[in-house]
Amino acid sequence: MMARITAGIGTSHVPALGAAIDLGKTEEPYWAPAFAGYEWTRAWERQQAPDVVILVYNDHASAFDMKIIPTFAIGCGERFEPADEGWGRRKVPTVMGHPDLAWHIAQSCILDEFDMTIVNEMDVDHGLTVPLSMVFGQPEAWPVRVIPLAVNVVTYPPPSGNRCWALGEAIARAVESFPEDLNVQIWGTGGMSHQLQGPRAGLINREWDNRFLDRLEGDSQELRHIPHIEYLRETGSEGIEMVMWLIMRGALGRATRMLHRHYHVPASNTAVGHIVLEPLP
Amino acid sequence: MTGTTDIHAYLAEFDDIPGTRVFTAKRARQGYHLNQFAMSLMKAENRERWKADERAYLEEWPLSDEQKQAVLDRDYNRLLDLGGNIYFLAKVFSTDGFSFLQAVSTMSGMSLEEYSAMMIAGGRSPEGLRSIREKR
Repeated sequence: MMARITAGIGTSHVPALGAAIDLGKTEEPYWAPAFAGYEWTRAWERQQAPDVVILVYNDHASAFDMKIIPTFAIGCGERFEPADEGWGRRKVPTVMGHPDLAWHIAQSCILDEFDMTIVNEMDVDHGLTVPLSMVFGQPEAWPVRVIPLAVNVVTYPPPSGNRCWALGEAIARAVESFPEDLNVQIWGTGGMSHQLQGPRAGLINREWDNRFLDRLEGDSQELRHIPHIEYLRETGSEGIEMVMWLIMRGALGRATRMLHRHYHVPASNTAVGHIVLEPLP
Repeated sequence: MTGTTDIHAYLAEFDDIPGTRVFTAKRARQGYHLNQFAMSLMKAENRERWKADERAYLEEWPLSDEQKQAVLDRDYNRLLDLGGNIYFLAKVFSTDGFSFLQAVSTMSGMSLEEYSAMMIAGGRSPEGLRSIREKR
C-alpha cells in the first residue's frame, strides 16, 4: 500500500485570524463570519483524519531573513516550533514533521529536476500555524504530521504559477511512490487579494478572487498561466501569495471536485478565501 | 516552462502599478541592512535595547541617514522607497505594539477609523488602480 494524496485545501493565513483564535474573539461580530466558513471543514477533517499534511506557505521574515532566500524549501526535520514574530511565540502546539516522507519528497523532486532546499531546523510562523488553527481549532497537540513547504513570494521574482503547478505534480508523483499506507493532504495557503503597503493598501478584488476559486475546480489549466503582473495589478501586492495554491492544485492531478468553498471580506487587510477539493480520477 | 520571460520587460511593468512598490532585487539590495536591522527585533533582548535608546541601536547598523531618520519617524511609505519590505518593517511596528491594520492604514493616508470602515465595506476597489499608463 502506497501513500496517496486524498484532498487539497486552499486557505488564507491572515495573522489576525490566529490572534482572534488565541484571544478568544472568534464569536465577535467582526470575526464570526470569517470563521463560520471553516465549520464545515472542521467536521469533515475529523472524519478524514489525514496522517500527513504537506503545508505550502510562505515565511514572513521569520525563519528566513535577507541572508538566504530559498525559492522552494522543504522542512525535513522532526519538529518545528512556532516562531516569535516580534510579539512572542503563538501558544499553539509544536508542529511535528514527517522526516521519512519529507526526505522522500525532497529526493524525488530533485531527481525530477526541482532544485529543492532542504531545511532541518526552522521555526514556522503564522503562514503555517494559522491554517492549522483554522482547520483543527485549539487542540493539545496537532492531530496530524506536517511537512512545511516554504515558498519565496516576498523577494521578486517568486516562482511562476506554472512552476508551482508543476512542482505540485512532482510532489504527487513522489507521494505515490512512498511505500507506506498514508493518507496525505496538501494545503495551499495565503491570499486572497490584499495589499499591505503604500497608498493602494487595502485593495480587495472580490470578482477576481472568486474567478480564481471557480477555476480550481474541474480540469481547467488556466490558472497556471496567470502572470505575476496580473496578480499584482488585480489582487494587490500580497495577492501574489495565491501562486502557492497552485502547488496544491497541481498535486491533485488532472481534475478536481469541489467539496466546500468560502469567501469573506475582510479579515484585517485581507480577503479570506477557502476551498476544499478532492482529486477526480 | 511557459516560454522565456525577458527580465527587463518583466520588471518594467512593476512601475506602472499605482501606489505600489514591488520588492525587486534593486530594492532588496538598497534595503538589505534596513531589513536586517528590523529582523534583529525578533529577539526579545534586542527589542529591549531598541526601546531603551532607538538612536543608539540604529548606529550599530550601516544604514543611510535617510533610512535612520525614516525609521525614527516611522514613515513607512518612505521606508518602502528606501528598500524596506513590509514583512521586515512589521518587526518595527509590532515592537511598537501596532497591528498590521494600524500600520498599513498610516501608509494609505487615511485615519485608522476611515481605513477600517473602508475594509469592512469591502476594501479598496481596484478600479482605476491597475495601471497608470492605461488608466484602468
